[in-house]
Amino acid sequence: MSTWQPSALQRERIAYRRRRARRSTVIAVVSSVILLALVVVGIGSTPGWPRVRATFFDVHRGWEALPVVAEGLWLNVRVMLVCAVLIVVFGLTLAIMRTLRGPIFFPLRVFAAAYTDVFRGLPLLLVIFLLGFGVPALQLRGLPNQAVIWGGAALVLTYSSYVAEVFRAGIESVHPSQRAAARSLGLTYRQTLRFVVLPQAVRRVLPPLLNDFVSLQKDSGLIAVLGVIDAIRAAQLETAEDFNFTPYVVAGLLFVALTIPLTRLTDYVARRQGWYGGGGGPV
Amino acid sequence: MSLLSLRGVRKAYGENVVLDGMDLEVAAGECVVLIGASGSGKSTLLRCVNLLETVDDGVIELAGADITDPRVDADKVRSGIGIVFQAYNLFPHLTVLDNITLAPIRVHRVPRDTARARALEMLERVGLADKASAKPDELSGGQQQRAAIARAMVNSPQLMLLDEVTSALDPELVGEVLDLLRELKSEGMTMLVCTHEMAFAREVADQVCFLHHGRPLEIGPPAQVLDAPREARTQEFLRRVSGTTGR
Repeated sequence: MSTWQPSALQRERIAYRRRRARRSTVIAVVSSVILLALVVVGIGSTPGWPRVRATFFDVHRGWEALPVVAEGLWLNVRVMLVCAVLIVVFGLTLAIMRTLRGPIFFPLRVFAAAYTDVFRGLPLLLVIFLLGFGVPALQLRGLPNQAVIWGGAALVLTYSSYVAEVFRAGIESVHPSQRAAARSLGLTYRQTLRFVVLPQAVRRVLPPLLNDFVSLQKDSGLIAVLGVIDAIRAAQLETAEDFNFTPYVVAGLLFVALTIPLTRLTDYVARRQGWYGGGGGPV
Repeated sequence: MSLLSLRGVRKAYGENVVLDGMDLEVAAGECVVLIGASGSGKSTLLRCVNLLETVDDGVIELAGADITDPRVDADKVRSGIGIVFQAYNLFPHLTVLDNITLAPIRVHRVPRDTARARALEMLERVGLADKASAKPDELSGGQQQRAAIARAMVNSPQLMLLDEVTSALDPELVGEVLDLLRELKSEGMTMLVCTHEMAFAREVADQVCFLHHGRPLEIGPPAQVLDAPREARTQEFLRRVSGTTGR
């Protein structure tokens, strides 16, 4: 095995592939640089650019606003983390309710279907208003009245319906023969779901699920309408001082900086575990 | 001259060397049957010929052209080779007819009507004319495999690769697929076949090649390799096969 040495022909092929790879890299770099230069020159030469740069891309102003905006972002992160956990739980419950079979479960199926229909259709902002201003106005005792909690509840209600549909698609994509195999081993319906169907379903829907959570991260800013100070609201307050919009850009960059690692991490984990389909070779 | 020629082909997956200096010649119109224990490299060899795997060394020539050269257009090479898999690999979302017309229409730019007419002709030949609008999962295994053969044949390939095409079939369905292959052979199709059907090998093969650890241990006409094997390994393999299948 270790005695094998590539033949002259194979060495030539390897060298060719290496040359081709190198050429591809060069082409990629050159085309990227040219495109970037065109964009920079194109935008930079517009008559209004100096003004736009001063209003949106003022480095000094951005640096000044950073701590305040970052503090707001910390609230976004906390809201998002807590909500994400609840959304996964509710979403999965709804999805399982919809896939239950048998006449006894009819009410549960209808409830789950109606729930997803309603909350997928309702604008998130409306749900936030309804819960954030409506529920405290009922003046029920024993209920919390912090805006963050009701805003978070609205996020959970709405996003659970999206996530439930993603989970349901995943559950239904698992081939029936897998259920048959599990049931044939004597696993109950529950065990089949828990040990065979859900593990496969969750792996398949991981990318769209992540999509929903990135979206959630941004929508968590909407609870600002209830008076909570998140990153966007903080940026808005900063902007109000001098009508320089740089703080918004800072908030935007922070949001992007938050999502990219999350996406890469999911891709990495998924690939390492071999979650994405089988097959190999150069096809 | 050989239509297909393998010289010193090597393919390893990590430490596991599957093909270790494989040499093989397949003349035009010839049927070469590869036999050997599972893991001896039969399927990998077919996958290498169809460029589904990149060889680590050696040369595969098809009609005199080196297809293992990284400069060749793999899609073009593949479009001239038909391959039939053990698990049929029909596209479940398409009807039988659409399975067959997909490549002619999308790859070979055959007009839709011509492609359909030709596909129906192929289906007629494989005895599935009445199943044109059925989905693959409405067909029996033997019917699916015949549809898959029709799909591979419709492009008029120079060479057919058949990878254990009867292994997933019920015994009573094996016959219909083998009959079809016999017919192809009699029409002059060049075939490279992996199989455990020794009876088929004996009857149809021009040459039988016994693979052992990724090398051709014994090659020759079926009468020699199957009935009077020289190598002890071949004898042992044939004894085991006939012991289990009764053929």
